[in-house]
Amino acid sequence: MTWDWGAVADFMPKFWDGLLLTLQILALGSLISFALGLVWALLMRTPTRWVRWPVGVVTEFIRNTPLLVQLFFFFYVLPEWGLTWSALTTGICAIGLHYSTYTMQVYRAGIEAVPAGQWEAATALNLPVRRTWTVVILPQAIRRVVPALGNYVIAMLKDTPILMTITVMEMLGEARLFAQENFQFTEPLTVIGVAFIFIAYPASLLVRALERRLVR
Amino acid sequence: MKEPDASANPPVDGSELIRFENVTKRFGSNTVLDRLDFSVESGKHVTLIGPSGSGKTTILRLLMTLAKPDEGTITVAGDQLFPAPEKQIREVRKKIGMVFQQFNLFPNMSVLRNITEAPVTVLGMSKDEAEARARELLDMVGLADKCDARPTQLSGGQQQRVAIARALAMRPQVLLLDEVTSALDPELVAGVLDVLRDIARTTDITMLCVTHEMNFARDISDQVLMFDSGRVIESGAPEKIFNDPENNRTREFLSAVL
Repeated sequence: MTWDWGAVADFMPKFWDGLLLTLQILALGSLISFALGLVWALLMRTPTRWVRWPVGVVTEFIRNTPLLVQLFFFFYVLPEWGLTWSALTTGICAIGLHYSTYTMQVYRAGIEAVPAGQWEAATALNLPVRRTWTVVILPQAIRRVVPALGNYVIAMLKDTPILMTITVMEMLGEARLFAQENFQFTEPLTVIGVAFIFIAYPASLLVRALERRLVR
Repeated sequence: MKEPDASANPPVDGSELIRFENVTKRFGSNTVLDRLDFSVESGKHVTLIGPSGSGKTTILRLLMTLAKPDEGTITVAGDQLFPAPEKQIREVRKKIGMVFQQFNLFPNMSVLRNITEAPVTVLGMSKDEAEARARELLDMVGLADKCDARPTQLSGGQQQRVAIARALAMRPQVLLLDEVTSALDPELVAGVLDVLRDIARTTDITMLCVTHEMNFARDISDQVLMFDSGRVIESGAPEKIFNDPENNRTREFLSAVL
């Protein structure tokens, strides 16, 4: 087996397309998981168990079934119910939803870590409940959990190749297509492996730096 | 030192402001308050003393609606606090301010914002007005230069003085002080107590004070209530309680702390 720089050069245009798509999935998937996770976490704090119970069951179900199964379900079953999204949209929503069931746990821990004295001070000042959440509790809770959310972004990055299975041409999809067309596997797979490291490693360093700065 | 008017509607002195009737509070099988009756006249400074676990702090927490009594009624300025609809509870709460042992400032806000947040959102004060008043109050507690600091950059004593300013910014009729110097290093206690003495001397605010600082209690109090096992076992003017207590438990307690 010899290393062929020509194959690398041939693969590069496709690689950039795949990288762009991977980053797009990662950015939008993260946003969905951040927003939806916060919604789940807040719904789990409502006093009525008719809200908490269904949210708890659904999120527990999603967290404990494989992302790949959910992806196939969204891609193959939902269209039968009349919901036809592109493969990319389906993939982004599935991965965002899946990870939101993890970020909700992160938010929950962050909210519980805000000292009871903060709630009491807000009550003593007669702040409305909504205002207490938005200006007192959540700013403190979210600041604490930014590094933990960052870790899930890195985990999500490493899960993005799963979207290849529903025809989304992110990095691994492009690499596999190139390999099958040219019978050269080493070069494209190595290139995307290096690309994952180049994104994930600095990101993990950033998370560690944030941990030092934000979590005391 | 400027001494701004800290209370918007100075209550008529001498009328009854707070009344506890037959109030019982339990935590599990532990009865913290036992069919407690007492009342406080407006404008008075009342100090609650007694061994820890005797229910003093619980009284302040009930008044601040941070806890609910198991039995009995609490009224503030004629409005019943328990049981009452949420709207009425919010109205009663407006009359009461509280300063906590652990300060409980909001660490994500500047000192100034800590003080202006509630006046703007709850009282509907304009931002400019709230800030002007916050600066006056900070001046009163000797921290005029700390407007833009974060609470975490201040010493415990400074944080507690900001917390006092924050409570006063809501123009309460009643100020609840829950062991406000207990968490402070000894050299920081005097600064906080001086501020409170000043407020006691220059305003009409009714004060309910749980403290272990007996000299302070003697100085500012009109009335001292001695608690033991969830009941008031002796009450009276500070001279009487501190110099000539009638109850044995009071005597024992005072000889242990003085």
